[in-house]
Amino acid sequence: MGQYYFKLPDLGEGLVEAEIAAIHVKVGDMVTEDQPLIDMMTDKATVEMPSPVDGKILSISGNAGDMITVGSAMVVIEVEGPGNDDRDPVKEEPDPVKAEDAVEKAPIKPPAAPVLTGATSEKPLTSPAVRRRALEEDVDLTQVPGSGPAGRISHQDVDDFIAAGGRVSVPSQQKRTAIEEIPVIGIRRKIAERMELSKRSIPHYSYVEEVDVTEVEKLRAFLNAGRTKDQPKLSILPFIMMATLKGMEKFPDCNSHYDPEHSLVRRFSGVHLGIASQTPNGLMVPVVSHGESRDIWDMASEMIRVSTAAREGKARREELSGSTVTITSLGKTGGIVTTPVINYPEVCIIGVNKIVARPMVVNETDIEIRQMMNLSSSFDHRVVDGFVAAELIQYIKGLLEQPATLFM
Amino acid sequence: MDMKCKLLVIGAGPGGYVAAIRAGQLGIDTIIVEGDRAGGTCLIRGCIPSKALIHAADKYQQMAAHTGTGYLGISITENPVLKFADTMAWKEGIVDRLNGGVEGLLKKAKVKQIKGWAKFRDAKTCDVDTKKGIVTISAEHVILANGSKPTELPFLPFGGDVLSSTEALMLTEVPDKLVVVGAGYIGLELGIAYKKLGSDVTFIEADTRILATYDKELTSPVQKWLKKHGISVHLGAKASGWTDNKLSYTDKEGKAQTIAADKLLVTVGRKPNTEGWGLENMAVDLDGPFIKIDKHCHTSMKNVWAIGDVTGEPMLAHRASAQGEVVAEIIAGKKREFNPNAIAAVCFTDPEIIAVGQSETQAKADGIETIVGKFPLMANGRALTMEAGEGGGFVRITARADNHVIVGIQAVGPHISELSGEFALAMEMGARLEDIADTIHVHPTVTESFAEASLSALGHAIHI
Repeated sequence: MGQYYFKLPDLGEGLVEAEIAAIHVKVGDMVTEDQPLIDMMTDKATVEMPSPVDGKILSISGNAGDMITVGSAMVVIEVEGPGNDDRDPVKEEPDPVKAEDAVEKAPIKPPAAPVLTGATSEKPLTSPAVRRRALEEDVDLTQVPGSGPAGRISHQDVDDFIAAGGRVSVPSQQKRTAIEEIPVIGIRRKIAERMELSKRSIPHYSYVEEVDVTEVEKLRAFLNAGRTKDQPKLSILPFIMMATLKGMEKFPDCNSHYDPEHSLVRRFSGVHLGIASQTPNGLMVPVVSHGESRDIWDMASEMIRVSTAAREGKARREELSGSTVTITSLGKTGGIVTTPVINYPEVCIIGVNKIVARPMVVNETDIEIRQMMNLSSSFDHRVVDGFVAAELIQYIKGLLEQPATLFM
Repeated sequence: MDMKCKLLVIGAGPGGYVAAIRAGQLGIDTIIVEGDRAGGTCLIRGCIPSKALIHAADKYQQMAAHTGTGYLGISITENPVLKFADTMAWKEGIVDRLNGGVEGLLKKAKVKQIKGWAKFRDAKTCDVDTKKGIVTISAEHVILANGSKPTELPFLPFGGDVLSSTEALMLTEVPDKLVVVGAGYIGLELGIAYKKLGSDVTFIEADTRILATYDKELTSPVQKWLKKHGISVHLGAKASGWTDNKLSYTDKEGKAQTIAADKLLVTVGRKPNTEGWGLENMAVDLDGPFIKIDKHCHTSMKNVWAIGDVTGEPMLAHRASAQGEVVAEIIAGKKREFNPNAIAAVCFTDPEIIAVGQSETQAKADGIETIVGKFPLMANGRALTMEAGEGGGFVRITARADNHVIVGIQAVGPHISELSGEFALAMEMGARLEDIADTIHVHPTVTESFAEASLSALGHAIHI
């Protein structure tokens, strides 16, 4: 028995979300392949989404009227065999025939894979002699870019392909003139829109401070050494999350959404920590909800769970929304300083830079090797004053430098 | 006697003999087994003798047209005299010459020829019943090129005056009245030839049209020819039996009818030769009635290969030969596969028909947006000088609308079969309409129609 994650397929160029018009199944139902699961409404048409597999409905995310993001798991189906949780990207796609059907109903272009300008026919366009040569040289002609009219493949194209070690290339003396057009669609387009919205509407104020994490690193090593089997290995991130949580409690103005249309700041009592994560589909922000109800172990487990789900494309909608503050960390590639972009409509984002051992002056006269880490944070300057922002970061710095206070 | 070889080829038709010659060229120790003369259906009782008969019939009919008042300013005073026995002897002469040629080529390629019918014990061993006794051959590789034979209808068994295409090519006299069951290309080619030789010809066809695998536009000139020459074609008619030289059939209204004939030719298709030679002992999978092969013409049994009619449609000699070459080269260690863009098919009817690739309808069914260009032979100078401009002949090209790559070419007209090579080349080279339009075609030739059809698809034909 495996689980099949049925995700909202890309319904067409540029469409990043669609509304659930109707749900035809409920949890526990047995469904057969091609049986209608859900009707999705785009701004152009209503598209029926048939089940790609036979199986039993384990869960359904969302209700009629909800907006669903392209790529998010809508229905989980228990299936015979391994399902699609082995993340074969091909298998995760809905049946291409069905997708085409859907596209036909909605008068929108099918999602295009990146293509070189100048489409070719199904079979590589070339002569029999080139085909024979490709066969002898073990060259897959579908991978060879044709330089001729309509993408026709010449002997020279095969030569170049082989010379480049089976990779797309052109001789170094030649000028490259091809322009690859990659449609910005789906999650990629969503990311672009969100970034633009944030940067265009929010006056960002950035603040960088260094934090001595020697003590918290010692504590982390100690906790990891003594952890039980069901406790996850702690990275620095859960400590920063704990510190951020406490920071939000002390500076609730930062744990809010700004709604300029209504001139309102929505201050949240709960702290929902967005964790910016790199996924195969691009940047996503899975959410550890209600940080205030979690201890460090729980914080770590939940963070691992939601970020794994996001990376594997299995995150539910509620696991990808509702954050009140966001932490962004690039780990070892974190650099010295970043200028994080606020996760709209939040007002605060904490950026974590890499930890490096540096000689530091301690006790005014001594030099010691300390573990140092910068925090680069951005604030919505419309509602968070520089002074408050600085105080928040200084408070977080204090918590991390005196880690016992994290647990008080 | 026991023999061993690297490659054993069963059947010396256009598939088998080509495979054997190519294998011989590549230095493979090869034996070819054939019970009949080398050459197969194509050479002995198919393509070649039928084309000879068609040519002679055409010549006879043309000469007859000059009798009396004459034609093209040429008149002969008396009707030409047909000595049919001599015609058949001339035809046999061509067959003999080609048969001898094939045997000579096999010899030159150092292929051992064993005459007799093979029967397989297992996938790599067969017994051949020769004049000198049983020869047992075991081989490392086996190519099955057993071919096909005319399909027999259970209620119209071959024999006596009921002929298959084989017997129709070996008649000693022209039948006064010939009824042909099945108006596919074989029936039409032979029926039209006998009409020209003087027979009164009638077709009984179960389908609602002749040459049902081709589109109506393409077959319409043939239909017109049949009508003009007084050939009755009963469509939607189902033959049911043959007694006292009368064929009984049900017409399209469901009424029982009979028609008298001196000879009844039954041409309702061909079936693969998969029985009677031990295929069941070879553990080779079938695909319907045919031997199942992959793109290398390899069967489900290791080192057993199959080519030609025994592997399915299209049952065409040129397909079998191409497969034979591919397999011989694979056995010699080369990397090859049988993966043509298209295989052209020709009907030597009057007028002739060629089809290669897809028709517009087929392309549309595959979801391809198309543009179509058509050029009538009536507008081609050379066609007019050969009396090939009448009769509604044309060349038609279907191309993809997006990049103008040609997906299919069809043509109908006198002498048009000779254009099939250029059509196949265009398809195999992946030509676009512009490639054809920009190739300077010789004036005055019928091939100009191909360039004009391309221009027509591009929207700017010159001569229409």
